[in-house]
Amino acid sequence: MNADAINDIAARHPEAFRRPLWKRYAAPFGVLLCILYTFYCWWFFSIGIVLEKANWNLAGAYLADWVSYEIRPDIEFKDDYLTIDYSRFSKLGSNPNPDWVIKQIAAIERRGDTAPAPAMATDKSSQGSFMAPGAPAAENPAPSPDKSVPAAPKTIREKAVVAATVVLGSGQIAITPNLVTVTRGAESVIFDIAKDRSVTPRTPLPYWIEQRKPGSTAYVSFGFLGRAEVQNDEVIAWRRFFGWANFVFDTNSPFWGKSFGEVASLIVSGERIDASRSNAALAWDNILYNAEWQHGDVWLKLLQTIVMAFVGTVLASIVAFPLAFLAARNITPSWMANQATKRFFDFLRSVDMLIWALFFTRGFGPGPLAGMSAIFFTDTGTLGKLYSEALENIDDKQREGIRSVGATPAMVQRYGVLPQVLPVFLSQSLYFWESNTRSATIIGAVGAGGIGLKLWEAMRTNTNWANVFYMVLLILLVVFIFDNISNYLRRKLMGTIGNGNNERPQRTPTRPLPAAQIA
Amino acid sequence: MSATDVYRAPTLSTEGALVERHWRDLAARRRLYTIGGLVFLLLALSGSLWFANETNAGKFFDRLPHIADFFVELKPRDWFDPVRALFDLPSPYDDGSLKFDYPEGRVYLTQGIYIPEYFYRMIETLNIALFSTLVGSTFGFLLCFLAASNITASRWLRFTTRRFLEIVRAFPEIVIAGFFLAIFSLGPIPAILAVSIHTVGALGKMFFEVVENADMKPDEGLRAVGANWVERVWFGIVPQVLPNFMSYFLLRFEINVRASTILGAVGAGGIGESLRLSISRGHEAKTIAIVFLLFCTIVAVDQFSAWLRQRLVGRQAFAYGRGE
Repeated sequence: MNADAINDIAARHPEAFRRPLWKRYAAPFGVLLCILYTFYCWWFFSIGIVLEKANWNLAGAYLADWVSYEIRPDIEFKDDYLTIDYSRFSKLGSNPNPDWVIKQIAAIERRGDTAPAPAMATDKSSQGSFMAPGAPAAENPAPSPDKSVPAAPKTIREKAVVAATVVLGSGQIAITPNLVTVTRGAESVIFDIAKDRSVTPRTPLPYWIEQRKPGSTAYVSFGFLGRAEVQNDEVIAWRRFFGWANFVFDTNSPFWGKSFGEVASLIVSGERIDASRSNAALAWDNILYNAEWQHGDVWLKLLQTIVMAFVGTVLASIVAFPLAFLAARNITPSWMANQATKRFFDFLRSVDMLIWALFFTRGFGPGPLAGMSAIFFTDTGTLGKLYSEALENIDDKQREGIRSVGATPAMVQRYGVLPQVLPVFLSQSLYFWESNTRSATIIGAVGAGGIGLKLWEAMRTNTNWANVFYMVLLILLVVFIFDNISNYLRRKLMGTIGNGNNERPQRTPTRPLPAAQIA
Repeated sequence: MSATDVYRAPTLSTEGALVERHWRDLAARRRLYTIGGLVFLLLALSGSLWFANETNAGKFFDRLPHIADFFVELKPRDWFDPVRALFDLPSPYDDGSLKFDYPEGRVYLTQGIYIPEYFYRMIETLNIALFSTLVGSTFGFLLCFLAASNITASRWLRFTTRRFLEIVRAFPEIVIAGFFLAIFSLGPIPAILAVSIHTVGALGKMFFEVVENADMKPDEGLRAVGANWVERVWFGIVPQVLPNFMSYFLLRFEINVRASTILGAVGAGGIGESLRLSISRGHEAKTIAIVFLLFCTIVAVDQFSAWLRQRLVGRQAFAYGRGE
């Protein structure tokens, strides 16, 4: 190819070489616009300030909470002994005695004007593992504080905890009434405790300990394994365990803390724990009404969400079906009827699902009726629009053929139109069923029933992230199953269209899908 | 075969009769399946309706007479009051309460010019939607080529990208919003993040399906002259798919306007929050103003996006659901 040929080509296609300026620089111009808009939004939402203020440590802790839980022993300094408490609704049950809190018990002399420390059990508990720690209260009797409260102040001798060690993986905290030794890996720091006055480290603090001002509380981090606060009157440790605590039975259940084999043998052949019903019924009841996980309620709400999406979509399809015939130009040759129906669809669609949800929540009261009505109204609009567009795109030859052999108008619709559009209609409805399962979760949060509200409430407390994750997993599972069912049915339906593209019947063609299909 | 001048009904050969019988069998079975399917659907529907009614706070037939309560309670003092609420004009009923404090919400640009509160909130919601569509589509754009089988040869890379997009798409937006709400406290940023993250998954999937249907001839040409991967994608694929990408972007924007409104109603700012507050406090005029504004905005956004899509991809934008 010589220069003449090249010039010749250039002369023949001037439009390729002399394009308008904005067309030639469309790409950089578009990118520039996007960048400018990003800057504008950065300013408009003050993103920088919000990101700066955000509590990122909290984010890590919350994320960790999704798949783990913390147990918090609270070790208080008394004059020459220690008391160990656990939070009231501890995951370890009413009488925790985990083997990662090693206690040293000795006889001490003290004045009996305050309640003595219940010195529990042996110095090292032998039963139970990390994940299912402790034992039923009956096996491990603790001296009741009430019994040993003396009538008058006097010197008494009794057993109390004089030193305790909390083990957190490779780290540990050794506590005595006036000395706390914190060890993480090879490093360790000794704190002198002046009771109710100050906490003083003997050596400079490593990066994993923070003390905001001299003598104040020291914050110790053990990474994922936990953290601790050394205060001037107590040490609080948080030890983190991987997994979900008490997922099946809560601590009030008689089955709590038992291994799977034990529970199974109790159910199959054990003595009745509750005389009025079988152990299997009791176990099932305990699972459903698990106080921490509320399985029964979660499953009920999930079912509500599924039902909302299902009923909403089915009813919307049923109502949109006849209306779409009214709205289609080529089926109903009346401009008035077409426009009226189409504007009605637009109205239903444009009043947001949120407003429908609020409206019906007020009407029916909170619950799935409100949610399904909201989905029903919105989707009647959307499906009607899509259906009528599909109808307007049909091949007219088949209708003509049916009409030419003298069929009634109803017969023309049945045999000339319906076979062309029915697979498309059903496929659209299936798409919506699937996407509505997701939107039903969201509108639930404004009170329209289903798992949305439960999810939202669990999140707002900021303490139940494991429950949130549990519900999310259930939702993901449901969406996944429905996705597959809907895909399977759609593939079967599309097979009946026979568009000559049998190799890849599921490929989405190179054209946009209707809005809701992306959802 | 002898010619006859009397019409005789055709008799079927043995094979023909077999075919006929088989066809009848198939037709009968098909009818059975259809009826069975319909009966199943009907049962599921009535069961679901019963269940929904049982677990609802109010029962369907008890509440039916009260269904329009929402609108009955929305009757304002006079019909010009919603207009005042919409444009932040002072109300003659102003008694110092939150109900009629329309001018309070004005957002002043300069001394004399202000944006009425609900317009400002609406702009906020639209900005949330547009910005998160932009962020989401940027990442969706970057990821979609990794998920397309005609561009990315590595099977595991494709697999990972697709699963990632799927999970991100199916993850409930409200959980992402709730999580970031806990970190950032109230405000629009959690909504932006939630909508963006969902958009990455949704648009990424749409995008890679478009890419897989692209014409590979330009790519072949580029490969023949020794272009690298980025050049092939940028010069061979992107010009083909860009109009469709833009079209999906606009569709997603429509959806995201609705999504950010709903997220606003659960505490993430914007017009949704104003709506929820005014409804729960029983401010009729304000509620009507917001509902009206929201309705108009959604209609406007839909119309604008439909118009732009038509310009970008022509009639394709509207030819839904056909297999051609």
